[in-house]
Amino acid sequence: MRFIPTFTQIQSLHTGIRASGKGSESNLYMPIITIREALNQAIREELARDENVFLMGEEVAAYDGAYKVTKGLLKEFGDKRVIDTPITELGFAGLGVGAAMAGLRPIVEFMTFNFSILATDQIINSAAKMLYMSGGQFKVPIVFRGPGGSAFQVSSQHSQALESWFAYFPGLKVVMPSTPADAKGLLKSSIRDDDPVIFIEQERMYGNKGEVPDDNDFTIPLGVADIKREGTDVTIVARSLMVPLSLKAAEALQQQGVSCEVIDPRTIRPLDIETIVASVKKTNRVVIAEESHPFCGVGAEISSEIMERAFDYLDAPVKRVSGADVPMPYAKNLENLAIPGVDQIVAAVREVAYLD
Amino acid sequence: MASQVIMPKLSPTMEEGQVSRWLKKEGDKVSMGEPLAEIDTDKATMEMQALANGVLRKILVKEGESAPLGQLIAIIGEPDEDIAPLLSQAGEKPATSKPVAEAKPEVEPPATPRPASEGNGRQTVEVAEAAAGRLIVSPLAARMAAEAGIDLRSLHGSGPGGRIVKRDIEAAASQPKAAPTTQVVQGFPRAVESRTFQPAATAAASPYRDEPASEIRRTIAKRLVTSLGPIPHFFLTSEIEMDRAVEMRRGINSLDPELKISINDIVIRVAAAALIQHPQVNASFQEKVIRYYEHADVGVAVAIEEGLITPVVRSADQKSLSQIANEVRELAARARSRKLRPEEYTGATFSISNLGMFGIDEFTALINPPEGGILAVGAVTPKPVVRENEIVIKQMMRVTMSCDHRVIDGATGAKFLQTFKKILENPLYLVV
Repeated sequence: MRFIPTFTQIQSLHTGIRASGKGSESNLYMPIITIREALNQAIREELARDENVFLMGEEVAAYDGAYKVTKGLLKEFGDKRVIDTPITELGFAGLGVGAAMAGLRPIVEFMTFNFSILATDQIINSAAKMLYMSGGQFKVPIVFRGPGGSAFQVSSQHSQALESWFAYFPGLKVVMPSTPADAKGLLKSSIRDDDPVIFIEQERMYGNKGEVPDDNDFTIPLGVADIKREGTDVTIVARSLMVPLSLKAAEALQQQGVSCEVIDPRTIRPLDIETIVASVKKTNRVVIAEESHPFCGVGAEISSEIMERAFDYLDAPVKRVSGADVPMPYAKNLENLAIPGVDQIVAAVREVAYLD
Repeated sequence: MASQVIMPKLSPTMEEGQVSRWLKKEGDKVSMGEPLAEIDTDKATMEMQALANGVLRKILVKEGESAPLGQLIAIIGEPDEDIAPLLSQAGEKPATSKPVAEAKPEVEPPATPRPASEGNGRQTVEVAEAAAGRLIVSPLAARMAAEAGIDLRSLHGSGPGGRIVKRDIEAAASQPKAAPTTQVVQGFPRAVESRTFQPAATAAASPYRDEPASEIRRTIAKRLVTSLGPIPHFFLTSEIEMDRAVEMRRGINSLDPELKISINDIVIRVAAAALIQHPQVNASFQEKVIRYYEHADVGVAVAIEEGLITPVVRSADQKSLSQIANEVRELAARARSRKLRPEEYTGATFSISNLGMFGIDEFTALINPPEGGILAVGAVTPKPVVRENEIVIKQMMRVTMSCDHRVIDGATGAKFLQTFKKILENPLYLVV
């Protein structure tokens, strides 16, 4: 749709696959598919692999999913494995937590993460804390997934980034893929993981294309960042929607003589801060790009970690490029201003490199 | 016609000076003989006077920066005069302490190209901002400077607000070592400089911390290496009974509490008297000649915050105790505030170093060249001594004289010390 992957992005996929340590050799010519299709593959493969895995959510079955991520799954696995729920987020999230405690591996789809707000008591007070509060007796292997972040002109209540909420709580893992291969490899790992995982897809990126290994065993470990582009002058830490934008910014900056390293943490929690710090020690300058609000955001946490771990390596203050600190406007022109773009990332890089 | 203001030689050992304060701003009218700036030399802070009439058109060396002798540091001219030729001349001879990256593009880090828009004028403004407050420096640049031994105050920050950043350190580090003295100026560590200890390279060895050596400390080092190295020292120690001297001091001070004569003042006066009686000791080895001095100009070592300095009591042999006391007190006070003029701390014929106030009983001092000797004076302490086969308690003081063997022989020095002891034990000799 909107984001046609650049050559760099496709190249970067290989980096992502290398990080997993498996799969790429046997698939010399990997199919190019969308993130939507990659997620569908991941769920299908895991439903087929483990009979304890089941999927539920609003419109996931008969309608093939509001964003068609679950297309064809009802037909293939039947209504005991792929279940349409009523519009009751708190209810079916709680049902999922109970099923997970009882030994199943539910995948709970939120039509968007905006609606997960209704289910936060089950996610935070039950799923995240059960292992701890039961003294290790109950693990909760559940995946809450769905689109998050900004969407096109759906206004304040349906266009927002919530990852910092979930990343705040010990007990939850938070994953945000930015490429089709990462989406597939990370979702499969999330389903196989024994802890509750918040898996946030980007609504505007479902149509992004890239090479994805056609391999049932292709997974990407959680908690491992990926260097999407190597560089020497400035480190850009970006996640989700900001990754392709940062890669475009890096291209533009290369023309201006600035070599950017783009790091995608991929997993917000656990955060692979070591990879980020190693890069900062090399480049001495950091820009953190995120579409979320700045205050108490993931960027603030990364910035603080960098300051604590690499203070003596910083040649400039850590710079954040964040979404505007306002509810998302509906008006197209204001919406454009509220979401960071390539230009803001370029400007921030030039600022920390002392070029302006 | 515009005239150049160059870094003047304000002390005999001065190799570079640091502008501590400009007393005029750019655009101010100046007239010949008017104070223009305060310059920190290796010894003292001196006023520099304008040598021309006109307007201070351009300041080329900012406050806190150093420049070697003879370097152009400012330009005085008519208000409308074209000073561009002088400025470009200054550009060819940049302040050694200031990496002029524009002139040396090859030292720029290739990874972070400097945009063409960054001109000289903008830098000047930013440096002025930085100079007005604390030093602004990125953590990385601070660490790199500490490791490379580069004094941050000698640099121009090219970042916003004059912030010193990585590329400034890289440029400074790759500057040719034309003037090794430029890296370090006077050394009170700033908050931004690392006060932490570095781990030692050898396992289990003590961590250490490197701080730039101050100008005065380096001068002391240089001078003292030229002392014990080339000068064949030998040492003579004598114990002196001080009861009469102590009694005399008490007596004089009770006459007038304002006098405040110290034991050291008496030691200076007695040494001066002894020097006049032993001209071979009041002398200096000058390679081809031996120089004998008419007067006893006695240098008095004064500890100051950054080291020590030896203000000189001229013709101490001809001065009264109260004159000496006043003079020493006044010189020491100005030494501590670094306000001594060069002629006030150079050219002594003999020196005295007294560590008695620190409870030191006896020590040896290094000769301050080209003087022939120095007397190290210990504390006055009551001790049991034998007098006429009886043990009695006396106020005793030990002195050790260091002699330059090229000019003073053992017996010569011993005779001097004998006279010194005789007078000090019977201070009435001073008035005989």
